[in-house]
Formats: sequence, C-alpha cells, structure tokens
Amino acid sequence: MSAIAVARQRTLRVLRDERFLRALGQAVFAIAVVLFVAWCLSNYRDRGLTFTFRFLREEASFDLAEGMAFSPVDPYWKAFIVGLLNTIKVAFFGIIMATILGTVTGVARLSRNWLISNIAGVYIEIIRNTPVLVQLFFLYFAVILKFPSLEDRIVLPGPIFISIRGINLTWPRPTESFAYWLPFLIGAVIVAVGIYAWRVLLERRTRRPVSRLPWTFIALAVPLLGWFLVPGNPLYPDRPAVEGLKVVGGTSLSPEFAAILFGLVIYTAAFIAEVVRAGIMAVPRGQTEAARAQGFTEMQILQLVILPQALRIIIPPLISQYLNLTKNSSLAIAIAFLDLYAVSSTMLNQSGRVVEVFLMIMAAYLSMSLTISVLMNYVNRRLAPVER
Amino acid sequence: MTTATEVMKPPRTEVGVLGWLKKNLFGTWYDALLTVGSVAFISVVLYGVTNWALTGAKWGVVTTNIKVFMVGRYPYSEIWRIWASIGLFAVMAAITGVVWRLNIARARRAVTISWIVVSLLTVVLLAGFGENTPIPRVPLAIWSGLMLTLTLGIVGIVASFPIGVLLALGRRSNLPVIKVFSTMFIEIVRGVPLITVLFIAMLMLPLFLPASISGRLSNVLRVMVGMTLFSAAYVAENVRGGLQAIPKGQYEAGRAVGLNEAYVMALIVLPQALRAMIPAIVGQFISLYKDTSLVVIVGLLDLLGIAKAVTGQTEWIGTQKEVFAFAGVIYFITCSALSYASRRLEKQLGVGER
Repeated sequence: MSAIAVARQRTLRVLRDERFLRALGQAVFAIAVVLFVAWCLSNYRDRGLTFTFRFLREEASFDLAEGMAFSPVDPYWKAFIVGLLNTIKVAFFGIIMATILGTVTGVARLSRNWLISNIAGVYIEIIRNTPVLVQLFFLYFAVILKFPSLEDRIVLPGPIFISIRGINLTWPRPTESFAYWLPFLIGAVIVAVGIYAWRVLLERRTRRPVSRLPWTFIALAVPLLGWFLVPGNPLYPDRPAVEGLKVVGGTSLSPEFAAILFGLVIYTAAFIAEVVRAGIMAVPRGQTEAARAQGFTEMQILQLVILPQALRIIIPPLISQYLNLTKNSSLAIAIAFLDLYAVSSTMLNQSGRVVEVFLMIMAAYLSMSLTISVLMNYVNRRLAPVER
Repeated sequence: MTTATEVMKPPRTEVGVLGWLKKNLFGTWYDALLTVGSVAFISVVLYGVTNWALTGAKWGVVTTNIKVFMVGRYPYSEIWRIWASIGLFAVMAAITGVVWRLNIARARRAVTISWIVVSLLTVVLLAGFGENTPIPRVPLAIWSGLMLTLTLGIVGIVASFPIGVLLALGRRSNLPVIKVFSTMFIEIVRGVPLITVLFIAMLMLPLFLPASISGRLSNVLRVMVGMTLFSAAYVAENVRGGLQAIPKGQYEAGRAVGLNEAYVMALIVLPQALRAMIPAIVGQFISLYKDTSLVVIVGLLDLLGIAKAVTGQTEWIGTQKEVFAFAGVIYFITCSALSYASRRLEKQLGVGER
C-alpha cells in the first residue's frame, strides 16, 4: 500500500469518526452564531450608535406619581429603582392575594355543594378563556374609571373610600410608644419559633403525630400582653378624611395600582385554583380513609396526610403561576401604572438608549424570576418526602 | 304464602329532586348556609348583568362597528376575499372530517397536502398581488381587527412549533455548544415578559439589521417574529417534558435495529413524545392566541386594539363596558372552541391510554 493511500485512509477514518463530526458540527454552529452577532453589531455601529450606561447619571426630567418620592431633577437610575419597587409591590401583594383567592376557589370547586362548585367553575372558565389584557382593560376603563367622583364616593365601613381617585383605607400608624412595644413583637416571634421547635421535638420523642401550627398561635399572647403594659397605644388608626378636593390621612391605592393588582389577582387566582384542585384530587381517597381508620382527627388528616402529599404536587406549577404573575405585571404599561416596564419605556423614549435600557429590563425581570424560583424550589425541597 | 314480598321503596328524601337537593345543597347546616348565600349572590349578579345588558347598555357601538371589529382597515371592497378564505377553510374542514370519520387511509395524505396548498392559496388571496390585478395588494401592515388576531395566532402557532421542537432537541443534545445555546435561549425568553420580547422585536431588532432590510419589515411582521420566538421557548419546554417521558429502552432498541440517531429521534422517539405532550402543547397554543392581544401595547390594531380605538370615537363615549365585554366574548368563544377541539383530539389519539 502506498503512502498516499494510507494517508487518505487515515483522513477518511478521521472524517467518519463520530467524535470528529460532532466537534466539527459544533464549531460550525458556534462560528455561525459568532458571525451573525458580529454582523448585527457592525450594523449597529454603522448607524452611528454607541453603547454606554453613562446616561443613568443624567437628570431624568420626568415626574413619577407612583411609589417612592421622585422629582424631575433626580437621575435616571433612581427612576428605574422607583419602577422596580413598584413592580415588586404589585408582585408581592399580588402573589399573597392570588394564593388566598386561588386556594379558596380551588377548594370551592371541589365542594360537595353543587352551587358553590359551579360558581367557582364558571369563574375559572370565564377568566381562563379570555386574555388577561381584556380583563385589565375592562377593570380599568369600564369599572374603576367609572367610579363616582370624590364627592359621591362610596363609603364602606372602616372607613374605606372608593372613588375615581382610587381607594382610601384606614391604616395603623405607630405612635411614640411603638418603640416600647417593638420588643414584644420580636419576643412573639422568638416564642413562636420556640413552641414550634418544642412540638417537633415532642413528635420525634413520642413518635406520635402532634399538632404544631395551632400551638404557635399561643405566641400571639405576647404582643397582646405588651399592648396593655406599654404606656398609651403603640398604634393608632389613621382614618382617611375628605378636606376640600383632597383626601388626607389613611393610605391610598391609586386607580392604576388597584386595577393592576386586582386584575392580576383575579386572573392568576383562576389558574391557581386549578392547580390546587388538581393537587388535592391527586391524593388517593384511600389515604384519608386509612388515616381515619387509624384514629387520626380530621385536622390531623388534613395536616399530616393530605397536605404534605398535595403540596408536593401543587408547588411546582404554583411556582410558574407566581412567575407568570410577576411577568404579567409588565402589562401595567397598558393602564398607565408606573411599574418597572412603564418607567423604563419612558426612560427609553427620553434618552434614546434602546439597547441599554432593554438589557436593564431583562436583567431585572430575570433576577426577579430567579429569586422566586430559588425561594420556591427551596420550599419544595423542604416539603419533599424523605425517600426510602 | 302467595303474597309478594313487599318491595321497600327508598326513603323519599334520598331519591329524586328532594334527594338531589338534600345531597348536593343542604347536606349539613353550613352547606345550607352556603347555598342560601350563593343563591343570593347569583341573583344579584344575574339581575345586575341582565338589567344592564337589556336596558342600560348601548349595543349600537358594537352593531355599528361590527365590520371594524372583524376586519379593521381591510378595504371593504375586498371583503369577499375574506369570505372566500373562510369558505375554503370550511370546505377543507368538512372534507377532513369526512375522511377521518370514514377512516380512508389513502386520502389522508392528500388531505394533508391540500391543507398546505389551501393555506398558501389563502395567504395569496388575502395579501393579493400588484395594483392592476383582480386582487390588488393589501399590505400586511393594514390587516387589523379579529382578522389580525387570528393571523397572528395561526402564524405564531405554525411557526413556533418546529422551532420549539428543534430547541427541545438542542437542549437534550449531548453536544455542549448546542445544548448551552438552546438552554440559554429558552431560559432567557421564559424569564422575561412577552411585552419585552415584542418591544425588542419592534425597537431593537431594526437597529441590528441594515437599513435596507429593517425598512422593509412591517410592524406586523416584526411582532410575528417576536411572538414566534417567545412561544417557541415554551413549546420547547413542553416537548422536552415529552422527550423525558420516553423510556431509554426506546432509544436503545432503535439503535439496536441499526437506525442512526437522527432516525431514532424522527421515527421512534419524537412521535411518541409529541403524542404524549398534545394537551400541554395545545394549552400553550391557546395561551399564545390569548397573548396576541398584547400587540395592542406596541400599537397594533388587533381585536383589542380596535376595541380600544372604538371607545375613543366621539359618538360612542363611555361605552367601554359594552366594547370590552364584546371583545371578551369573542375571545371566550374562540378559546373555548380551541380547548374543546383539543379535548376531542386527545380522545381520538388516545392520549393517556395504551
């Protein structure tokens, strides 16, 4: 065999080697991606565009009416923070309220009561089969913006004022003696943790199911006791009142905030309801019956048998509903609530820094998504049963 | 003894209307309380809604503008083209139904091919050619109303499916470069709201393309690209779930009979994975269809965009309730139809059965 033939055969062997083909394919793909990105960047440069975050320190020269105090002379980065905090506010309260409403609806859907179950069913179907933006538009333009003027406001007990200016609530505010009461609040947390730990230990030692959560409520006695020991009242109710054309006192939800918060809660709760229902239904009936046969009380069955198993199924889809709620809060821009996204798009229009602002938006949403998944995955791991 | 044994009837309170009422509404005292409360709630809501719908509401805003809602700025002289397209689709649907019902195996391929042909034909019919032809050009940029909503939905669904499958395969691949690329794409897209993706497609994309190309991209086209890529990331995750559910033995058996990796994927693993994931993928498509309403935020006139524009007409001030309720009902009907169809499909393909 000639040297050439040997060399050719060796080349052929290399060419037919799967490992070589894999490496080659990946290299070609990587080069193609790099070339494409380079092409994009050169087009970007050809337009005479630059890339810098220096504009963040410049004066924003627009006003923000929602959230943290902000004036037009403040820099852009502060505007971004205001928007971010507004988004977090919506996401935080939204997640809590949607979880409560969703759980109640999900349990109602499973109720033996035909009417209750069907009311929940109709609510879930209507909400799930229409876009969230249509619901938001309806809530904001057709309901909240049609609220009566401040003069003809609706007054609910509390007092709560509902008017075109938004919702005004009574709000507890600390007085001077609050500082004396604070140690009692911290004490309550310590006592609650202590009681919980004691109950867990008791359960381990006696090897018998022991109820834990109801017992921790004993800790509430500590701040209650403190309330009477502290001179004066540590909190007083700050009630809203109308003075001329303004509402003073209390705390207020702007119409936009109310619309985005309630809109997202109503929407997400319908999805959470389905998640909860599926989770509960996935626990076999035999589990309940077996626990009852062993003499567990109904409360113990729920706490020790049904919930641990149902939660395991519920938590992963619940995480994605929380993520959806957070991401959907960006729809606030459609109803002029100044969330992260709306503020950023004003920044973008004023400064013309399209790419920079978008990178900031994406970074903010990605880190929020990541935070929620990490937190919830931690909860999920804690709840996971110990495998044999 | 000839007397027939007396048949004992069930207690009156356990059967019939009374029994049903007792079992389902008045089982316990709190059940009864809940029932009474619900009846009061339902009557208040029903009374309020019917009273408004029959006496208070100005439905004129919907009936006057119905054409605008449906086709928006599509020229009225050309509306026959839309009717013709609907007709074509209806005929195709009927034929498909008959072929599938009668189980004519030979006709199936023909039906599939003619679906593709008809779809292309419809696109040509709706978009048209140049000026002086029987079907003048209607640029994509002026498509609006329900027509735009449906177009965005259909294009998004059709285009995002293959991309999603490719991304899923890429993420499961053992080639590190491709795996990292797919994973990053999927995770980044899924981590940000659709709105950002749409705005990136609208504002940022043109900056990275030469002026000659970006000048020709209409807003509708840009949005289509954005929606497709967004949806593809979610489809990819669904498909990945399906791929994970396929036992390893299937791959190994495929390799053992001498198929190479590509064939194993295309002929053995993917078909099973897709079948298992139909409910999830259809659910994703329904949510994509609902998400098309977000294009109103980037200034496109889809059904919701038209609805918002209609509420701004001076003669129909203050009709937001009617208009948005109408838009909601249309979305509700189309979404319910889609989910009904998906349940039928699941049953027919025997998902979950073996």
